[in-house]
Amino acid sequence: MSGVANGKTEAVAPPHSLVVEAMPRPVLEAKGLAKKYGQVSVLSDVTLDIRAGEVHAIIGENGAGKSTLMRLLSGYVEPTSGSLWMDSAEVVFPKPAMAQASGIVLVHQEILLAEALTVAENLFLGRELTRNGIIDDRTMQRITSSKLAEIGCRVSPSALVRDISLADRQLVQIARALLDNYRLVIFDEPTAVLTSDEVETLLAIIVRLKNQGIAILYISHRLDEVQRLADRVTVLRDGKMIGTYPGRTLSQMDMANLMVGRELATLYPKKSIRCISEPMLEVSGATVPGFVSDISFAVHKGEILGFGGMIGAGRTELFEGILGLRPGTAKLRLRGESIHIRKPLDAIEAGIGYLTEDRKGKGLLLGEQLASNLTLSALSRVHPHRLLRKSRDREALVHAVDTYDIRLKSYSLQAGQLSGGNQQKLLLAKVLLTNPSVVIIDEPTRGIDIANKAQIYSFIHKLVETGKACIVISSEMQELIGICDRILVMREGRISGEVTGADMTENKIALLATSNVSMSKEFQGVRHT
Amino acid sequence: MTDMTAIGSIQHEPQFKINWVDAGPFIALAALLLVGFLVNPEFLSANNIANVVTRSAFIAIIAVGATFVISSGGLDLSVGSMAAFVTGVMILSMNALAANLGTSAIIAGIGIVMLAGVLCGLVNGVIVTVGKIEPFIATLGTMGIFRALITYLSDGGSIPIDRSLRDAYRPVYFGSLLGVPVPIVISIVVAVAASFILYKTKYGRRCAAVGANEDVARYSGISVTKVRTIAYVIQGACVAIAAICYVPRLGAATPTTGLLWELQVITAVVIGGTALRGGKGHIWGTVAGAVILELIANLMVLSDFVSEYLVAAVQGVIIIIAMLIQRLSR
Repeated sequence: MSGVANGKTEAVAPPHSLVVEAMPRPVLEAKGLAKKYGQVSVLSDVTLDIRAGEVHAIIGENGAGKSTLMRLLSGYVEPTSGSLWMDSAEVVFPKPAMAQASGIVLVHQEILLAEALTVAENLFLGRELTRNGIIDDRTMQRITSSKLAEIGCRVSPSALVRDISLADRQLVQIARALLDNYRLVIFDEPTAVLTSDEVETLLAIIVRLKNQGIAILYISHRLDEVQRLADRVTVLRDGKMIGTYPGRTLSQMDMANLMVGRELATLYPKKSIRCISEPMLEVSGATVPGFVSDISFAVHKGEILGFGGMIGAGRTELFEGILGLRPGTAKLRLRGESIHIRKPLDAIEAGIGYLTEDRKGKGLLLGEQLASNLTLSALSRVHPHRLLRKSRDREALVHAVDTYDIRLKSYSLQAGQLSGGNQQKLLLAKVLLTNPSVVIIDEPTRGIDIANKAQIYSFIHKLVETGKACIVISSEMQELIGICDRILVMREGRISGEVTGADMTENKIALLATSNVSMSKEFQGVRHT
Repeated sequence: MTDMTAIGSIQHEPQFKINWVDAGPFIALAALLLVGFLVNPEFLSANNIANVVTRSAFIAIIAVGATFVISSGGLDLSVGSMAAFVTGVMILSMNALAANLGTSAIIAGIGIVMLAGVLCGLVNGVIVTVGKIEPFIATLGTMGIFRALITYLSDGGSIPIDRSLRDAYRPVYFGSLLGVPVPIVISIVVAVAASFILYKTKYGRRCAAVGANEDVARYSGISVTKVRTIAYVIQGACVAIAAICYVPRLGAATPTTGLLWELQVITAVVIGGTALRGGKGHIWGTVAGAVILELIANLMVLSDFVSEYLVAAVQGVIIIIAMLIQRLSR
């Protein structure tokens, strides 16, 4: 493993004038940090420091212990052994508030804002400023404005959170964290829900904070961001610390190999040359009021068709409209024959399967057993008799676990107890149990680790090899380019272009996804052509 | 972490483990019996127990239906009024038919009350699902409507059963089958049928899925409207069955019949371990819950510690404790 990491230095390492030769002092040091729950060790022997003015990235697969480490550092969890040091004095944080008082703030991955309140009210939630016991709205609005300006967010302090975009909510959340005095900011997967433009804005903010001498701990799945941002990278695997490496010496492949602990062949399966001629599903004039107007396209037998675009371009809504999950109209032809879909069951019975992007909210019953989750869409297929039989449920589950390599300790777990990647495989198995001939997968690898990603890609390839058609909706352009035969790009509820073959580049897709965008009021961040 | 385990070591059978949440209502029931015995040995006599369980039958039967509604993510406040209304309809139609049919009017009456119950349930279900009105508000509305209808039908007084039918109908409440009082037999039959539907049929699986997460159910191709409506229809049928047992006990329907039953019914379901926000239903827990409520009332009558006027207060305390236990055990 170390051979991979240390062997190569990037040939064209960017000249980095800001590299401070004398090591700045660490803001926070962890020495031999470990956490056990009962007999189960989730993290052991982590020793690292985070220095002022550096971005220190933590990478690792799901379950590697990243979130536990973050919780230990920010006072949400107390370590079983090991110690934390600030300014050469040992510190203990039995409560998050105490870590915060010492200048350690955590920007949560989930957006935890009250949607019905204004931006300013959210910023000061729980610590409202008062004057003579009366809420001092004017001061709070003023401070909010300046805090938002500081991070380049242009929403009005009096706007309701429910009316602002996901990206702006993320920024408001960051502003909220930065309201206190801070010396170390921990970002937990901050870009998971953002589109590429929004990511740029966020990364610019992080660089700005860093240049102000703030220490940044950055946890992310996206290795390209880590590669761009990180001064140092610490790799965790199975709750153990693998090592800390200077950021710019590692390629993304190096990082992936360190995380997984073995050489990953290639993330994407080799594209085979398939004969794509016969149309499988033809959609014409699809309209979803408020989201999508008059879209037509076709996906062919054996084809993987990508749908790219920014979040909010109407991709998910298009397919939810087609499949009877939300009001909409479309003319559909499946294998040349006209079909009508009024409700979700019609789509399933016609042979169109849809994997929602919202795995936890719309895909799986997290509190229910794996088997009942697996068979929910295909109850009549799995149980052809009037009555449910446990044995048939179990057979279906064993088969799915085997086919999709779902890793689990016991068949009687609940779906919520699986890791993200295994939940996604279970969801895939659930949809495929209905034996669809068209499989629509919305964000196939959101929030899952790289090893599971590779597996999902290979499953998708196997699907089309057996003559199914597959549609992949994704905000990750690399993913679309890596697996699709053809990509349709959507912008503002319409298809703005199609790319195939050598034309499938991030630049082309990004251009199609964003060009002709008027300088709308939400628009912020630097535009690059 | 679960995801790093080798496939070879997957456990095939769930470990034998007592699920304390599931066992809770039965443990509480046993504890209550013990306390009752200590307070007054008379409490555990076969006679007293049979009496108590018989009296809990109406609530148990209706609560079994409510388990479906609550499991599917709904709520029905109208069950008490509905019971009064369908009882009134049943007695009126039996009395009208008695002249021609004689005692066979009872059979006809049973058919009519079942139909009335199913229709009332259907009305509730359609208002909630097709009308997309919060179950709480929708059934609060029908609760008022059913109560007003029975008051109107009885002209504010009572609707007594015809004398000619009284003796023939008596055994449905007062009779016994192989030594077991008929209402207990009916409750058991209802509970067995219900647990069969809830645990062994596709409908039952879908019902729990709709209650656990409506979106997941919808995305899985389940018709949420259909599943919820059927749950209300099952509730209506259970109310009708309870009414069938109830008629011989009081011999009349009045505007106060079934007053506040909805509270006892919901309490029984919640004590039984079914979450009020929907999900997996616990039929036998519900039955135990109904018995517990009646046992407490009985215990308070037999002992001198607490005035029996406070029965409702004690039941209120119990529902709060049950909710707290559900919350803390999560």
